Amino acid sequence: MIAVRAVIVGALLFPLYWMLVASFTTEARLFEAPSLVPTAISLEHYRALFDTRDFLVPVRNSLVVAGFTTIFVIPIAALCAYALARMPFRGKRLLLALVLAVSMFPQISIVAPLYLGLRTLGLLNTYPGLVLPYLTFSMPLAIWLLTGFFRHFPRELEEAAMLDGASRFRALREIVLPLAAPGLASTAILTFLYCWNEFLFALSFTLGPERYTVPVAIALFRGRYQVPWGEVLAGAIVATIPVVILVLVFQRHIVAGLTAGATKG
Amino acid sequence: MAAIALEQIAKTYPNGHIAVKGVTLEVRDGEFMVLVGPSGCGKSTLLRLIAGLETPESGRIRLNDDDVTLLGPQQRDLAMVFQSYALYPHMTVRDNLAYGLRVRRTDSGAIAARISAVAEALELETLLDRRPSQLSGGQRQRVALGRAMVREPKAFLFDEPLSNLDPSLRAQARAELLRLHRRLQTTIVYVTHDQEEAMTLADRVAVMRAGSIEQVGPPLEVYSRPANTFVARFIGSPPMNLLTVPPDGLSDPRDAIIGVRPHDVRLGKGEPFRASVDLVEPRGHDAVVHLSLYDAKPSALLAVVSAPKAPLPDTEVRVGFRPDSMHFFDPASGARVNP
Repeated sequence: MIAVRAVIVGALLFPLYWMLVASFTTEARLFEAPSLVPTAISLEHYRALFDTRDFLVPVRNSLVVAGFTTIFVIPIAALCAYALARMPFRGKRLLLALVLAVSMFPQISIVAPLYLGLRTLGLLNTYPGLVLPYLTFSMPLAIWLLTGFFRHFPRELEEAAMLDGASRFRALREIVLPLAAPGLASTAILTFLYCWNEFLFALSFTLGPERYTVPVAIALFRGRYQVPWGEVLAGAIVATIPVVILVLVFQRHIVAGLTAGATKG
Repeated sequence: MAAIALEQIAKTYPNGHIAVKGVTLEVRDGEFMVLVGPSGCGKSTLLRLIAGLETPESGRIRLNDDDVTLLGPQQRDLAMVFQSYALYPHMTVRDNLAYGLRVRRTDSGAIAARISAVAEALELETLLDRRPSQLSGGQRQRVALGRAMVREPKAFLFDEPLSNLDPSLRAQARAELLRLHRRLQTTIVYVTHDQEEAMTLADRVAVMRAGSIEQVGPPLEVYSRPANTFVARFIGSPPMNLLTVPPDGLSDPRDAIIGVRPHDVRLGKGEPFRASVDLVEPRGHDAVVHLSLYDAKPSALLAVVSAPKAPLPDTEVRVGFRPDSMHFFDPASGARVNP
C-alpha cells in the first residue's frame, strides 16, 4: 500500500521536480545528457526573467484579474447557491441546469462576440475587460459547487436561528456563512486557479505586454527561431508560487468537520 | 404562556406526500402535550407547523387568541429543541444561549442575568466557555434545553430530544424534563415515537397515525380505554393481544375483536382455555410468555406473569382473561365498542 502511494505521489511530483531542476540548469547544459540530480545551480533563467522580460508585470496582472474575479464571484455565487439549495421556487431545476449548461460552452465559441462587446465598451486591454469575461465561466462553477455544499448543510441550524428570532438573511449571515467557510474557501481557491490558468480570453482580450497575464506571457516567450525553455520553465515555477501560497494559507480553513458538534452526539 | 389551537390543519409536501390530514387539536395553557406515533405518522410535521417552519395548506393555528397561521417562526416566540440539538458549532455555550436574546435586542445586563440563571438551573456554569464539539451528548442536550429556556418563550416544542441519549441518561433526562415542566408551568408540545416516553411525560397524549390523530387523552385513559385497535396496540408494552376469532366459551355476543393486555392474561390450572408455551422471555421481576392459543385466531398470545410463575417452554398451560379487562373493537372499523 505504501509502495503504491509512493509511486503515485512520485508520478505526480516528478514533472514538477524536473521543471524545478531544469529551471536552475544553464541553457547550454539543458540539452546535454540531463541528470536527475542538479550538478550546478544557475540563476541565469531567473535573472533573464526579471531583468530583461520584466516578468513581475504579468504576475501582477494575473493576481489582479484572478483576485478580483474571485472577490466578485464568491459573495454573489454564495447568495445564488443558498437560494438554489434552500428556497422553494418554480423552475429551480431548470435554472440549475442552465447554470451548468453555461459553464459547458466551449470558450472559443464566445470569444468573438465577447471581443466585439468589450471593444464597444472600450474595455479591451483593461483589467475589467478580463474580469467580466472570467465571471462567465467562474460564476457557474462556483454556484454549482456551493449549491452542493449548502444542500448538505444541516437545515436545523438555520431553523434554530429562525426560531431564535433571526430573519432568514441574518441566519445566513451569522450561522450559515461562518460555518460554510471551508466550502467558500475551497470554491475560492478553485475559482482563483481557473482564472490564474486561463489562457484563451487573456490572449484574445489583451493587446500588449503591459496587460498580459502569466500564461499569455509565458506562451509568448517563444521567438521566431527558438524556444527559451529555461526561461519558460523558470516562469512556470514563478507562476506556481502564488498558488502554493494560497493553498497553504487557506488549507487551515479547508478542514472538514468544522460543523462537528452541531448535531448528533 | 400560551394555549395552542390547531383547526383542521392539513399539509401536503411538494412531492405529493400527505403528511397531515385535517388535524384539530387544542393544547391548553401550561399543558405537557405529547404527540406520539410510528415514524411517518406526521407528528414531526405537525410540530414544524406549530413552529412556523412549515406553512399549512389549509386550516388555522392560533396562539392564545392570535391567528399565527401565516407568521414566520421569528414572530411566534416559541422555542424548539431539535432531535439533533442544532447547537451553533462556531459559538461557545454562552453565545449559543445568548443568541436568541441578542437577536431580540435584549440589553446585555439582562442577557448575562438570564444566562447565569439558566446555567445554574441546568448545571451548565462550568461549560459556558466551551464549544458544542467539546461537550458530551447529555451536556449538548442540556445546552439545547437551556437555549430554549433562556428566552422564556410562550411554549416549548420538543422534537424527539432524548432519542440521541443512551438509555440511562434518557431516563434521567426524562425526570429532569418533568421537574422542569412542573417548575416553569410552560406549555410543551413534545414529539416522540416512544410510547413509554409519552406515557411517563404527558399530561395528555395525542396518538397519531398516517397524518391523523387517533385519540387524545390523559395517558392512563388512553391506556385503559384505547379508542381503536391501532391505539390499543401502539400504547402499552408488550402490545395488546387482539383476537379476531376468540376460543369457544369466551362470551362474545357482539362478534367483536377481543383485546386483552398481556398483563391481564392469567395462567393457572383452573383457567378455561388451552395453550402451548412457545417461548419465555425473562425480564427480571416478570417474564413475557409467548403462547399458542388453541382454537383462536390469531393463535399467538402474549402474557406477562411474575417471574416465579413463568411456565417452561414446550409445555401446555391453561389460560384465562380477567373478565373486566377485556376490550371490544368493531371488526370492520376497529373502533372501540364497549363503553
